Amino acid sequence: MRAEAMTETPMPLWEVFIRNRSGMPHKHCGSVHAADATMALQAARDVYTRRGESVSIWVIPSHAITASDPGDKDLLFEPTASKPYRHPTFYTVPDEVGHM
Amino acid sequence: MYTQGLNSTEAATGGRSEDPARLLRFQAKVDSEDKIEPNDWMPEGYRRTLLRQISQHAHSEVIGMQPEGNWITRAPSLRRKAGLLAKVQDEAGHGLYLYAAAETLGMAREEMVDQLLTGKAKYSSIFNYPTLSWADIGAIGWLVDGAAIMNQIPLCRCSFGPYARAMIRICKEESFHQRQGYEIMVTLCNGTAAQKNMAQDALNRFWWPVLMMFGPSDKESLHSADTMKWKIKRFSNDDLRQKFIDATVPQGHYLGLTFPDPDLTFDAASGHWRTGEIDWSEFKRVLAGEGPCNRQRIGRARGGHADGAWVRAAALAYAEKRARAQRATAHAAE
Repeated sequence: MRAEAMTETPMPLWEVFIRNRSGMPHKHCGSVHAADATMALQAARDVYTRRGESVSIWVIPSHAITASDPGDKDLLFEPTASKPYRHPTFYTVPDEVGHM
Repeated sequence: MYTQGLNSTEAATGGRSEDPARLLRFQAKVDSEDKIEPNDWMPEGYRRTLLRQISQHAHSEVIGMQPEGNWITRAPSLRRKAGLLAKVQDEAGHGLYLYAAAETLGMAREEMVDQLLTGKAKYSSIFNYPTLSWADIGAIGWLVDGAAIMNQIPLCRCSFGPYARAMIRICKEESFHQRQGYEIMVTLCNGTAAQKNMAQDALNRFWWPVLMMFGPSDKESLHSADTMKWKIKRFSNDDLRQKFIDATVPQGHYLGLTFPDPDLTFDAASGHWRTGEIDWSEFKRVLAGEGPCNRQRIGRARGGHADGAWVRAAALAYAEKRARAQRATAHAAE
């Protein structure tokens, strides 16, 4: 048993993204193991959409994803904290003008 | 609970010292209720403890399909059969969400499954008890899933992001499990005397093993300090057990059933139900492999894995053949 389990070829890993009815974009929901894309889609359907959660599924080989390094978090995302002028509330509009 | 073997955490660092500055940053992040994600730095003890907890939890879901699967073909009506089938399918799904979460900590699913099949990894003691009658399916949904929900709701706020997200999905689905179980109990208890006796017998057999699901008493479980500090665990075993008892005893009385515990009393001063002493020697025996069904459960799991080997091999061979043909076509087109 042990020898067999250890020598078995690992099943490729796929990341699963689903889009729900409300028109939101595809959202990551987990991963599945499958031999190919067709089986990955079928497994994703069985595992992640048993209660009508989805109207569309994407599967992507996990190794095909390039992710940002958590160590670069400040470098990448900190600069936006000092740019309040990118937000609407930075600008004043006279009250008489009403909602804008 | 489904991870009760965890009650010993891994030695914090395995003897190596970890960068104190990183440890401080890690702990500050945990303290501020920020989630730890797979690529973030984490102490080795945290990683290993979580890996063990999540994989044990996954194994429990997968092995948990067996006692209930035992009654699918003998469900008393199509309604009950459809419900039970959907529940068992959910358990498979929960196992897979959890394996996926555990894999982000750096162990392949194949290796986790191997640990289960070779007995290196544990699963919840509760699944080593047999399901002797249809009422056991009611008792499992009501009590086992009820206990699981008590334990899993705080896990939705676990500091490790992938585990917390998996638990949120699982908790949403788990509530159907408990209600379908209780409905079975209500139906049996409103039925003939023989049906009510069957429900009582199921409660008698499952009550104590269910209380053991929460793991050793706080006096015995010496290692929860780390898991509390790391916000993997939020409540002690005894606190969760008490919460479950307080919620469940009135539900049992509503059914007109009695609990197999002569010492069960309501303590008006504290507002809690107090039970007699749990037989911890039974718990230890079952965890050590001497429960009524341990060998059968692992035997089935091994058989299923071995029987499916050719399917996995064939799927991989077919995928490889298709990929090769595609490469050849692309090459010819150039």
